[in-house]
Amino acid sequence: MIAAPEFQAPSRGGFADHDLMEVAMGPHHPSTHGVFRMNVVLDGETVVKLTPVFGYLHRNHEKIAEKNSYLASIPYTDRLDYICSMTNNWAYVLSVEKLVGLGVPERAEYIRVLVGELTRLFNHACLAGFLLQDMGALGTPLMYAFREREKILDLFEALSGSRMMCNYMRFGGCRCDLPDGWLEEAGKVVAGFDSFLDEFEALLSENEILRARSQGVGVLPRELAVNAGVTGPGLRASGVNYDIRKVDQYGIYNRFKFRVPLGARGDVFDRYMVRILEMRESLAILRQAVRDIPAGAILDPKAKLRNLRPKPGEAYGRIEAPKGELGFYLISDGGPAPWRYRIRPPSFVNLTVLEDMCLGHTIADVVIILGSVDIVLGEVDR
Amino acid sequence: MLGRGIIRGLIETGRNFCGSYHDPARLTTVQYPEEKLPPQENARTIPFLVYDGADPLAGLRCTACTICEQECPAHCILIVKDTVKKPDYLGKMQFHPKVFDIDIAVCMGCGICAEVCPFDSIKMDRVFELARDRRAMVFHKTDLAKSNEYFREIHPGEAAAVDVARAEEQRKAQAKKAAIPAPAPAAP
Amino acid sequence: MPTLEQIIARVAAAFPGARLEVVPNGSPSNQPSLLLEPGRAVEIAKFLRDDPELRFDYASNVTGVDWPERTVKERVKVRRVIEGVEKETEELAERKIPGCLEAVYHLYSMALGHGPLVIRLRTGNRADRVVLPSLTPVWRSCEFQEREIFDLFGIQFEGHPDLRRILMWDNFADHPMRKDYVAADAQEATP
Repeated sequence: MIAAPEFQAPSRGGFADHDLMEVAMGPHHPSTHGVFRMNVVLDGETVVKLTPVFGYLHRNHEKIAEKNSYLASIPYTDRLDYICSMTNNWAYVLSVEKLVGLGVPERAEYIRVLVGELTRLFNHACLAGFLLQDMGALGTPLMYAFREREKILDLFEALSGSRMMCNYMRFGGCRCDLPDGWLEEAGKVVAGFDSFLDEFEALLSENEILRARSQGVGVLPRELAVNAGVTGPGLRASGVNYDIRKVDQYGIYNRFKFRVPLGARGDVFDRYMVRILEMRESLAILRQAVRDIPAGAILDPKAKLRNLRPKPGEAYGRIEAPKGELGFYLISDGGPAPWRYRIRPPSFVNLTVLEDMCLGHTIADVVIILGSVDIVLGEVDR
Repeated sequence: MLGRGIIRGLIETGRNFCGSYHDPARLTTVQYPEEKLPPQENARTIPFLVYDGADPLAGLRCTACTICEQECPAHCILIVKDTVKKPDYLGKMQFHPKVFDIDIAVCMGCGICAEVCPFDSIKMDRVFELARDRRAMVFHKTDLAKSNEYFREIHPGEAAAVDVARAEEQRKAQAKKAAIPAPAPAAP
Repeated sequence: MPTLEQIIARVAAAFPGARLEVVPNGSPSNQPSLLLEPGRAVEIAKFLRDDPELRFDYASNVTGVDWPERTVKERVKVRRVIEGVEKETEELAERKIPGCLEAVYHLYSMALGHGPLVIRLRTGNRADRVVLPSLTPVWRSCEFQEREIFDLFGIQFEGHPDLRRILMWDNFADHPMRKDYVAADAQEATP
């Protein structure tokens, strides 16, 4: 029988100065983006030490995948970063395609880019909404963002059958083709998104409260960001030009013209603005994809649905997920289930520098800095 | 001017607020359960078994091949084969499931069972008002069996394609039997 | 990106006598890996990070792998005396491949935009010799990922600033991702 966990006081280092107060923020907390706990040691209101504690959502997906077939792991990947199920699927099928040596037909690649960039759009919109909610905006920007997200979720439901847990990508392509009229609807959503972003920016970007609370807060220096493995918009806000869509050029991203926004100071405001600008770039990619998508097959003819047994070997495949670098490392021993199935989650590694960013700030800033890192516990804990 | 950003923001909020009185794009709330959104054709929640004809259990297309049981990621399907073979729509003798249970509390609604079924017999349903007052969430064969007419109602495109394919196969099977000179066994 | 052979040549020139073994990869992914000996791993890692031609400044993924002991049956050629004449024949022999735990690091370069370079470190066995040097002082991104490997596999990383469990609770006493782990209350979800 497993011993029940004993309660342990959060203190780890001996703090002989009894004027310091230790607070456990979470795991039941409305602003920690999931079941996430931070043991914060405070001197008045200033953070002296911060230790993240997680594992509350650990579902041992990696071990389940060692017993299930490769196909059966695809619905489980939906549930990692549960907001962005399409990009999770994409990272996994990309890794299996590398492992097996499968190609992907052109139409399927365009569809993947379409749904991947739509996912990026609503992820960043959600992040802006949640960040503002953490700052105290009580849900107004969030609900405006969710209104746009609903349109994209309706598109996903028409395409894959489910709003969030899409289970749409397959090894060598996609599960089913675009229904009639989907492309027109998607074109309309993309066309309307620009004006939504204009309104959103008018609502927020010049807001004095937002600027006062986020500029200069939670600065992440360049060298630390690179060394700590921070990826995604958090890395680019610190000024490092590293976007896996440009570096690896996976899929057909080399056909699209888009820019990579970079930040100057690496504070919370830069992380927020980089995401707003990335949304505009995603819209540019989407307009090009909707215009150029060819007709054709959506699944590689050599792709197998059932009983996939890759030759013994390994592969690491990664994509630029909305939160950072999402990678899957698969080791095959020739059997129907992987020998080792490892998920490299962006949120997990991005949390390494949470303490560095929060030291010296007040406890109110901790909530905002955590919000700007953009974590989803499904990914952190798997 | 200090406060300009806040005022611009408040103008946006005002635009949304006043707009919600006359512009349907601004007020998107659907007052469930009095109003319901029309369901999407492709939506999926839990699986169901398709039967042809009037009798749910005799007309079940399922042949207990257990492919869905093996491929289910959540391992929520339990199938026990019957020992008696009966002819299917093509005249081939097939097993039938004696027990076909799906634990819909475990079921993820991923649709892989429907994707791998070679007999078009398990398909994804659209019902989502599944709350009940007791814990039993295991659906048996009788709960899962729904008619082909229901299938046509909820997924018209897919059902039409399946019907066309099955009719074609049936026609080919009849043609093959007609070509054989010896007396053929009774077709269903 | 420089090829694996070029990288090995540079590392061998800087660290003469270091054992560098290429582990081939059977899949079409074209990602062979480099097995390092644990004793010199930290200095080689620093070299990989700082060398101006390599600049692997970003450790993207740190994975733990469990390789239990396995027995391989092979046909081997032996010399035996048969009917007074020494001949070479084939016999079926069993060979035990000892088990070990492994840490696999995927390195990329943000400065030069190349990668991945895969390096591996193996422990002595799965029972008592499970210490590996921590590469967290070289790449801070390994901090949480090495803690996860310690938690789920049991590899002790020497030199890690804060080695304790991360996903399981602190008093948990086993390593769940090992192949021989049996969950205490194993319940099947089938009806």
